[in-house]
Amino acid sequence: MWEFIVGHLNYWLFCVLMMTGLYIVVARGNLVKKIVGLNIFQTAVFMLYISMGKIAGGTAPIFPTDMNVDPNVVYSNPLPHVLILTAIVVGIATTSLGLALVVRIREEYDTIEEEDILHIERDIVTAENQSHGGAMGGRA
Amino acid sequence: MATSEIQHTALTLHDQLPILQVAIPLLAAPLCVLVGQRHAAWWIAFISSFAAFVISCLLLVQVTDGSYISYEIGGWAPPLGIEYRVDALNAFMLFLVSGIATLILPFASASIGQEVPERNHTLLYSCFLLCLTGLLGVLITGDAFNVFVFLEISSLSTYVLVAQGAYRDKRALTAAYDYLIMGTIGATFFVIGLGFLYMATGTLNMADIAARIAEQGDNRTVRAAFAFILVGMGLKVAIYPLHHWLPNAYTFAPSAITAFLAATATKVAIYVWLRFMFGVFRPDFLFDVYTLQFIILPFGLIAMFAASFVAIFQRDFKRMLAYSSIAQIGYMLLGIGLISATGLTATISHLFNHGITKAALFMGVGALVFYSGSSFYDRLEGRGRTMPWTSAAIVIGGLSLIGVPGTAGFVSKWVLVQAAFEKGWWPIAALIVASSLLAVIYVWRVIETLYLTAPAEGAARREAPLPMLIPLWIAALSCIYFGFDGVFVVDIARTAAEGLLTSPTPLPLLEGN
Repeated sequence: MWEFIVGHLNYWLFCVLMMTGLYIVVARGNLVKKIVGLNIFQTAVFMLYISMGKIAGGTAPIFPTDMNVDPNVVYSNPLPHVLILTAIVVGIATTSLGLALVVRIREEYDTIEEEDILHIERDIVTAENQSHGGAMGGRA
Repeated sequence: MATSEIQHTALTLHDQLPILQVAIPLLAAPLCVLVGQRHAAWWIAFISSFAAFVISCLLLVQVTDGSYISYEIGGWAPPLGIEYRVDALNAFMLFLVSGIATLILPFASASIGQEVPERNHTLLYSCFLLCLTGLLGVLITGDAFNVFVFLEISSLSTYVLVAQGAYRDKRALTAAYDYLIMGTIGATFFVIGLGFLYMATGTLNMADIAARIAEQGDNRTVRAAFAFILVGMGLKVAIYPLHHWLPNAYTFAPSAITAFLAATATKVAIYVWLRFMFGVFRPDFLFDVYTLQFIILPFGLIAMFAASFVAIFQRDFKRMLAYSSIAQIGYMLLGIGLISATGLTATISHLFNHGITKAALFMGVGALVFYSGSSFYDRLEGRGRTMPWTSAAIVIGGLSLIGVPGTAGFVSKWVLVQAAFEKGWWPIAALIVASSLLAVIYVWRVIETLYLTAPAEGAARREAPLPMLIPLWIAALSCIYFGFDGVFVVDIARTAAEGLLTSPTPLPLLEGN
């Protein structure tokens, strides 16, 4: 039992980080904090991938320069690490685009709190209903 | 399998078509930015989209008989190397996506001039090409992780494109932000699912994963992978309870962008679903069958009705069409949920037919907005008289949306009803007809607004400019053409569906894995 818990420590941490990130995205009203949550959520996945590449007793997958590979040496699997390099790039692009959008939202709405934004948008919709909703009896 | 040396000497330009399909728009995108002049950028975008379209036609004619083309990137043989695999299903989708892109660009040249400031045009065309690259890449690749990478290329550029609507309505920004949050959660779920698949099988080549899952059978890791991929792609597809991002993104994006996204982005996501649910997990994996029948099928039915009801009560033409898209996705889910060759044929042909129908309708809205400035019904009153050509094309699109005989929408709905009868599930066939009646109501509201109300006083007859009208009419006429000659679409869809349901030839397994 103890073996099971400690042996899968990386995976437990993956679960905790993933749910923390997802919770922040859902529960926080501040747009920047949401992006931070999203970042934690994505980072958790990096951890999942890197953990699965590790082989017990395995060393870094670098062959000696003379290419005399000792068959007794166990190497970790490098493929998940390479995949995660790509995913990190995707994560950076998403974060920077998200933050750029937040900057633009602040320019237009003068706030980055979700609640205030929803309030402003509700006012816009009410105004639209009054000016365009004639056919639907003033509401739509 | 031949060694790589022999293949290298045998390669001609014709053999390189699969990689050119993706590489041409990918290389053209930075070229647009480097040139930095908006007319030149448009020409680069148009020529490269057209080249992609020609390539997709060349690929399609090679695979209509049910065979497939396998292309090894860099000469590395699959399953170790990345493989591009073109079969009837994705060749057909490539044809749709690149065709729509070529059609939308002339329209965009006229419409974004009004909606987006000129300094952004070059970058917008560049993002458009990146989005196209991503979509084509998702379709053509046979490598599961490659799907994720291309998906993110297309999604990231889509968020930028949607946000360009902010110069008309600032809510485009929050729409793009919501889409970014939802889309990223979806993509991350998808990549978690791929991680589990890799854990279970040790490979990323889709055909290879399928062979290994078939070998080891059902286990919890594979089930977890399936669930994550289902939900992750479900967010991108906008299946009924996960559709929150769609109406705002479609309503506030620039018209040309909405037309492009509505016709391609969700369709490509459904393609990924099909590919994973039938090409990777195989229907003999029971968990798959139960999920499709008891979760996806009911959600499809709910979408058909709930979204149609919401569409009826909209006061904005563009938003109405966005909700109708969610309803139409319901039909496609229904075809998947029936799990039969006919059901999948219906889904695939509806992907295509609904793609051209929605492209026509959203371009129609764009043409109306060109003069009216907004797509609220009260601003469109009497346009049937002032813009007769645009309105007539919208009516054709609307009829195809309902599924009136003689239009493209009818053909795929007919196949769907047949699939329901084949299973003996006549109540489902009745529900398909009933929800089409809801479509009659919301399309009628448009026709009523356009034709049966008086135009605003002093409104002169002013048709939309030709670069908008020609693509609009090409889309509208193809709705009619594929309505009368549905055999072309249904035949390819059937070949694709049968290709999905029969197991692919497994690749030689690598030793020591």
